[in-house]
Amino acid sequence: MDLQTTIYLVVGLSFALYIGIAIWARAGSTSEFYVAGGGVGPRINGMATAADWMSAASFISMAGLISNMGYGGGLFLMGWTGGYVLLALLLAPYLRKFGKFTVPQFIGDRYYSQTASTVAVLCLLVASLTYIIGQMTGVGVAFSRFLGVSNETGIYVGMGIVFTYAVFGGMKGITYTQVAQYVVLIFAYTIPAIFISMQLTGNPIPQLGLGSSLTGQDISLLQKLDQVVVDLGFGQYTTTTAGSTLNMFVYTLSLMIGTAGLPHVIMRFFTVPSVHAARLSAGWALVFIAILYTTAPAVAAMAKTNLIRTLTPGVVMQNADPYAAESQIKYDERPDWMKRWEVTGLLKFEDKNADGRIQYYNDKSKSEEFKAKAEAAGWKGNELSVNADIIVLANPEIALLPNWVIALVAAGGLAAALSTAAGLLLAISSAISHDLVKGVFKPNISEKGELMAGKIAMACSIVVAGYLGLNPPGFAAGTVALAFGIAASSLFPAIMMGIFSKKMNKEGAIAGMLAGLTITLFYVFAHKGLFFIKGTDYLPLIGGPNSFFGITPEAFGAVGAMVNFIVAFVVDKFTKEPPEHIQHLVESVRTPRGAKAVDGRHA
Amino acid sequence: MDKQGEAYWKATLGLLTKILAVWFIVSFGAGILFADMLNGIHLGGYPLGFWFAQQGSMYIFVALIFYYAKKMDQIDRKFDVHEE
Repeated sequence: MDLQTTIYLVVGLSFALYIGIAIWARAGSTSEFYVAGGGVGPRINGMATAADWMSAASFISMAGLISNMGYGGGLFLMGWTGGYVLLALLLAPYLRKFGKFTVPQFIGDRYYSQTASTVAVLCLLVASLTYIIGQMTGVGVAFSRFLGVSNETGIYVGMGIVFTYAVFGGMKGITYTQVAQYVVLIFAYTIPAIFISMQLTGNPIPQLGLGSSLTGQDISLLQKLDQVVVDLGFGQYTTTTAGSTLNMFVYTLSLMIGTAGLPHVIMRFFTVPSVHAARLSAGWALVFIAILYTTAPAVAAMAKTNLIRTLTPGVVMQNADPYAAESQIKYDERPDWMKRWEVTGLLKFEDKNADGRIQYYNDKSKSEEFKAKAEAAGWKGNELSVNADIIVLANPEIALLPNWVIALVAAGGLAAALSTAAGLLLAISSAISHDLVKGVFKPNISEKGELMAGKIAMACSIVVAGYLGLNPPGFAAGTVALAFGIAASSLFPAIMMGIFSKKMNKEGAIAGMLAGLTITLFYVFAHKGLFFIKGTDYLPLIGGPNSFFGITPEAFGAVGAMVNFIVAFVVDKFTKEPPEHIQHLVESVRTPRGAKAVDGRHA
Repeated sequence: MDKQGEAYWKATLGLLTKILAVWFIVSFGAGILFADMLNGIHLGGYPLGFWFAQQGSMYIFVALIFYYAKKMDQIDRKFDVHEE
């Protein structure tokens, strides 16, 4: 069977499975729609949370980024897993005890204020929508690449499929569908990694292979990679940091706090039956996430090694001289996978010195020694540009793995993007139907009416996200980081203070959320343009790029969170204490006993 | 809050502080601030600082959450606030 047919078959089968599950698990009540009736066990919930959490960004682009960044790429790994420790210890069990459907509902009740709840809805919508636009774009790219259709058609197909199971299934459908998606995506990620680890190091476990010696040599893979990339003018793989140590520190912290503050992740902990299960569920979620996340650095380093090995075959395995002309492969003799990816435009070759061979190196290196060597070899600039996002998808092709593995990776990438999009849509729809329609505009709405409002909100958000995905306002990579920044700077501090401080009042919380959100958006928009519209950036106003201690806008969420905390404490000092019954509410949230099934009534 | 409740909360906060200290030391400490120093030591083919940033901190995070869940169960029972 040829590659394209195999891809159709594997992707088609996986989709039939998801839709079948969605139909089988149709939601009948609001409780089932939002929180799956509160009857999901910790392991199943952990698996669904993992699928919900790992988006196209984790599956497709993270390893590629690490591959290019080296050691500094660890900030994604630590940031996106360390957040679960915060979530498990500081938020999940208490929010489960509180026993309501949504994050804005907690904030509204705890801060005895409709305004606080509405501000939280605003933060949630901004964070979730920015996140989902990137996902829909990812869905479009993945579909168009693998089904051989245009980008627009890819997005329409994706919208249709997300719509089908998110709208009809609700949380109950999504939970079981996500379990299936987790299984697909984890096999899709680890199987090629195992093959490649075997090829390079003889060790089938990628996590150990990364720390092993190369087959037939007594030098470790990482040490060899360090040598090889330095020879090509890049920074040493195992030590190159992300910007500065301070930036890496703050960036990691932002991703951690953002992870704990993202509403679609928090919502997952409302679906378990008890406080005890909420604690365990966070642990299981992290186990399932860590299986992919600890494999990713191996994929990254091995893909880099394989890429260099393909382009300069003798250098990695036989210690050939990288500067000798015959070390570099001839363009005419390049492998088939390069030809396939050249069609997409994501891999480009330009023969700058017209010698018919491919020179791949860092032509922006500052090392005089390296520049002299490159010049002596007659190199006239880097000739091959490889988009970081193709690393994971192309990895099995580079390693010449069988067709079914390549097809599996395609199905995995789509599963990752779709499951996250569905979870985000659910968070958006519950915020609108439950917190805005029922909470503010129409408190007497029937359960059926609310369910309908939720479905309409979901359908509308799919259309909006699809439209923005079709016409991206000039941003894709910054989108995901911004979503984290917003969640970190607005929602996380308000929820945490709501549990850990009995005295925090509504004035403090509202002022804190608004201050955190505003300052983060201000710094990000300064770099990326107002609402991401190109040409409206105002860098001179803040004194140039990364002017705040060299911190990049993606890393700014942690600073926003600090501002949120400080403003909240200052305002709290000068305003009235929260009423007695709120302090009792906080006390009751802190103890597990008496946790009952989640219900939708406002207190 | 009654005496019993206060003691329960104090025990909880004590546990959180300990766990978060480890959380900070393995990721921000070993993985970032002291990574260069630790890279002098090797764990198999891994420089140690690099290992903490790209492998070790994640394993420890998983262990921390399960340790937390177990300890909290014990604290819940000791202060008789556990779920039925």
